Amino acid sequence: MKPLFHFHGGIHPPQHKSESAGRGIVPGPLPKRLVLPLHQHIGAPARAIVKPGDRVLKGQMIGQPQGPISAGVHAPTSGTIHAVGLHGLPHPSGLHDLCIELWPDQEDRWIERQPIDYRTEDATRLLDHLRNAGVVGLGGAVFPSAVKLNPGPPGGVPTLIINGAECEPWITCDDALMRERSGEIVEGILIMRHLLDAREILIGIEDNKPEAAAAMRKAAAASPFPMEVVVVPTIYPTGGAKQLTQILTGKEAPSSGRSSDIGVACFNVATAYTVHRAVNHGEPVLSRVVTVTGNVGQARNFDALIGTLVPDLVALAQPRDDTDGFIMGGPLMGHRLPSLDVPVVKAMNCLIATSPALFKPAPRPMPCIRCGRCAAACPANLQPQDLHWFAKAANFGKAQEYALFDCIECGCCSYVCPSHIPLVQYFRHAKGEIWAREREKRAADIARERHTVREDRLAREKKERAERLAQKAAAAATPTARDGAATQSKDDALRAAIERAKAKKAEIVPKNTDNLPPSTLSEIEKIEARRAQLRKAATKSLDESED
Amino acid sequence: MLAALWVMAGLAVVLGAVLGFAAVRFHVEDNPLVEKIDAILPQTQCGQCGFPGCRPYAEAIASGAADINQCPPGGEPGIRKLAELLGKEFKPLNAEHGAPKPKSVALIDERLCIGCTLCAQACPVDAIVGAAKQMHTVIVSECTGCELCLAPCPVDCIHMVPIGEKIGTWKWDPPDYSYGPTA
Amino acid sequence: MTSPYITQPTSVNALMLRVLGALIPAIGAYVYFFGPAILVSLLLASVTALLCEAAMLKIRRYAAEAFLVDGSALVTAWLLALSMPPLAPWWLVVVGTAFAIVVAKHLYGGLGSNLFNPAMVGYAVMIVSFPVPMTHWAAPETLAAAHLSFAQDLRYIFAGILPDHLKLDAVTMATPLDTLRTQLKLAHTLSEIRRLPIFGTVGGIGSQTVALMYLLGGLYLLSQRVITWHIPVAMGGALALASAVLHGIDADHYASPAFELFTGGAMIGAFFIATDPVTAPTTPKGKLLFGAGVGVLTYCIRTFGGYPDGVAFAVLLMNMTAPLLDAYTQPRVFGHAEKETPRGTPQ
Repeated sequence: MKPLFHFHGGIHPPQHKSESAGRGIVPGPLPKRLVLPLHQHIGAPARAIVKPGDRVLKGQMIGQPQGPISAGVHAPTSGTIHAVGLHGLPHPSGLHDLCIELWPDQEDRWIERQPIDYRTEDATRLLDHLRNAGVVGLGGAVFPSAVKLNPGPPGGVPTLIINGAECEPWITCDDALMRERSGEIVEGILIMRHLLDAREILIGIEDNKPEAAAAMRKAAAASPFPMEVVVVPTIYPTGGAKQLTQILTGKEAPSSGRSSDIGVACFNVATAYTVHRAVNHGEPVLSRVVTVTGNVGQARNFDALIGTLVPDLVALAQPRDDTDGFIMGGPLMGHRLPSLDVPVVKAMNCLIATSPALFKPAPRPMPCIRCGRCAAACPANLQPQDLHWFAKAANFGKAQEYALFDCIECGCCSYVCPSHIPLVQYFRHAKGEIWAREREKRAADIARERHTVREDRLAREKKERAERLAQKAAAAATPTARDGAATQSKDDALRAAIERAKAKKAEIVPKNTDNLPPSTLSEIEKIEARRAQLRKAATKSLDESED
Repeated sequence: MLAALWVMAGLAVVLGAVLGFAAVRFHVEDNPLVEKIDAILPQTQCGQCGFPGCRPYAEAIASGAADINQCPPGGEPGIRKLAELLGKEFKPLNAEHGAPKPKSVALIDERLCIGCTLCAQACPVDAIVGAAKQMHTVIVSECTGCELCLAPCPVDCIHMVPIGEKIGTWKWDPPDYSYGPTA
Repeated sequence: MTSPYITQPTSVNALMLRVLGALIPAIGAYVYFFGPAILVSLLLASVTALLCEAAMLKIRRYAAEAFLVDGSALVTAWLLALSMPPLAPWWLVVVGTAFAIVVAKHLYGGLGSNLFNPAMVGYAVMIVSFPVPMTHWAAPETLAAAHLSFAQDLRYIFAGILPDHLKLDAVTMATPLDTLRTQLKLAHTLSEIRRLPIFGTVGGIGSQTVALMYLLGGLYLLSQRVITWHIPVAMGGALALASAVLHGIDADHYASPAFELFTGGAMIGAFFIATDPVTAPTTPKGKLLFGAGVGVLTYCIRTFGGYPDGVAFAVLLMNMTAPLLDAYTQPRVFGHAEKETPRGTPQ
């Protein structure tokens, strides 16, 4: 038996797992319309490679990954592309983003699938295959798995953790997957292990899922590489990657780094399943298991096609009449859907129908009495009572100093607060505000620099003009000035050529810099800065040559 | 009596020396005031304040030649920051200099552009590219939305487009509640 | 509204009610040993507190329906009443409570914002302003030269009239701590002093049992997680340690740790007053330092200071340090190195 560790804090909310657990995974609908967002993952959105009217087959790529961190998007069934345009997304903002609308032909015809043998395939090609297959973390973070599975320097990642904790109330999609498809999950784990060259495999499952743990144990026993199923105590938020890592290994992922820095990689069980489907069957991510539960008559797990519109899916679970909305995800970290006209996306693990009886409106907030229950519950060991104070007073610098960005927004603090203060909302707001201010500051810095450079240029040009005029005047006065004029025109020609080149250069400023992830943007900025320096150096040498 | 005087004098010398030493030893190199003011200004370079750019306005504020409420793009938050920095009283934006507008960028209607280069010359941050008699375009990521390019255009082909909210830059509102009686 | 969409069924009100409940055994013991006069003080303090609270909420435009029932004013009222002599003119407890609620609580921002423990501010103001009535404590029933009926209690409290043949001295007495101080000044040794009838097995007759009840109430609060162990343990520990050192050196002039813990306001201070979350630090280390500070200061004031008991002043002095203690005792955040400043840059 492996010794377990603890993380700080945590809570024990009511489970509500039995409503949907153990009732099997049933196929979702094959609706008349599918809406496929091009940006379902962290990183750069995929680029649409189809246009309205195109016929596509099931599994055909319709959105191509672009940039270092991205993932492909595929047609979940055969049909016709109806539109490429803006559509609502299951996002708390209710804002729209670029989506591909597909009208299925109901024939469900596959494209030719190309499985690959991971044991013999080159790692780079294997990672590229996963990236193109749209494999992303299905635990909720939707980070492209190919990036995480790239072990970087030799030596690999010694410990591979498979996350089957599923700690949020109501959600049972991973539970169902582990019960029914444990063998395939193990196949996927073996591929991940192969890529990472991991030497230890730990599968963490909370002790409220004994059937899932038993199924996984059975499958793991048949695996050619030893893997250990570790049953961990049920305490929220055990399913957080950092928390599960700490429970299983006692190691803390550094705040400023990645979990690979401590030799650990953590993947959700559903991700392992999709890795297996993608590699061994050549099937990209076309569907995912979604728990539909809460205020419904038939709470179940559905294997729903990505792009299925929420009303089409939830109708199968028979929502009760007093349903007043849906939460995507769990009740602690999920968010209410501002509109139901949104599709199932890779990040959608659960839809909870809410009613005023089932989810009572939050009591009115009272002032903080500094009781410290939030700090006691915080898995990141933060002081939410202080952070709340700083966020409320818009003292964002101080909030950062008190490690606001280590908050994982798990909701433990809000859950235990006797004053019912919406702490997490304060923290989300403060983070957004800080990011926005950073962006503004960066933009202002760029504008300031460009303005200064322009002012310098104008001043220089003015000076040069004055000098030229003076020289012309001098040339007119003395007849022997023809040589000088010749050199002058040569200089002018040179300068004009350089100016032309400059203008040309300026014209090839890339226009595709919208919507890039911050990492890429900062990279571009760095490159631009270097270019600016070069430009400066060039003009400087020109100035000198004039002397 | 004399002893007391000596003691007091001695104390004064010693403490003075300590203070003087501390002032030198722990001296903090400070940004000049103009830099600090300039850092608060939004760098739109629009000139609505009556000065040819943000830095001249910063210099004018520092020298006392201009008031702190002349920058519409900075808006009230900007005035508040300036008031805090300079230890002045907050005052609302001076309407003479314009009103705050939602952040926008200039867009050139490329079908109409005749390539006169007037807008490129007017742009304070060189965010318009295009050579003479060639169609021009705005580098959106560099545009500060100052609107200085609108007036010079002889064919009126430039207009401002507000920057809409995107999912990537969307942010949560702060919680909204009060401790007052429920209405 | 953002997630989480579920909350634990708890409230400020529920926490405060538990504090009040935890005080009930001690109040029972108080009545048993010192007579029912304390009930009058409790009632006076409660009514005054609620009236002042209501008035202040109205002036500050706060929702009375939420804040008047939060129980915090009652907790202040009860703690203050229990800290003051029960047989005292009615205005003593009324003025003290009004000061606590109006000045110490609401003028500092109300629930959650006050820097000083309101009950202790009320107590300190009264003992500084009216030292004489504040030191006339009811004698234990077993030792009093005369007994007052409840009606006679009321007559004294509200009209200042004692039955004809009685003087105040017959029904009141110096507290054990006061007696100890006076007797030590008269150059008696501790063993002689402890033979005086007012002293019981550990502390004072009656008051030691009340202290025990405070301890029981405190344990209940611990079990309910209304308070954490840090402050009571640190305060008791520091008080015991400080007294153990001096008692070990000179047992004739310095009382034993057990005596210090079970007399005066040590127990109610450790479990009910110093643990007031609003005015104490919130970090575990901060709480330990805070509690230890209260313990040491209490001992110093008792032993070397001008007042017989020091809990109130010790708590008030340490209240001032709470923000600083919090700032300097921030625990290590998950994924951070032990010493690391400044923290956090946006991703």
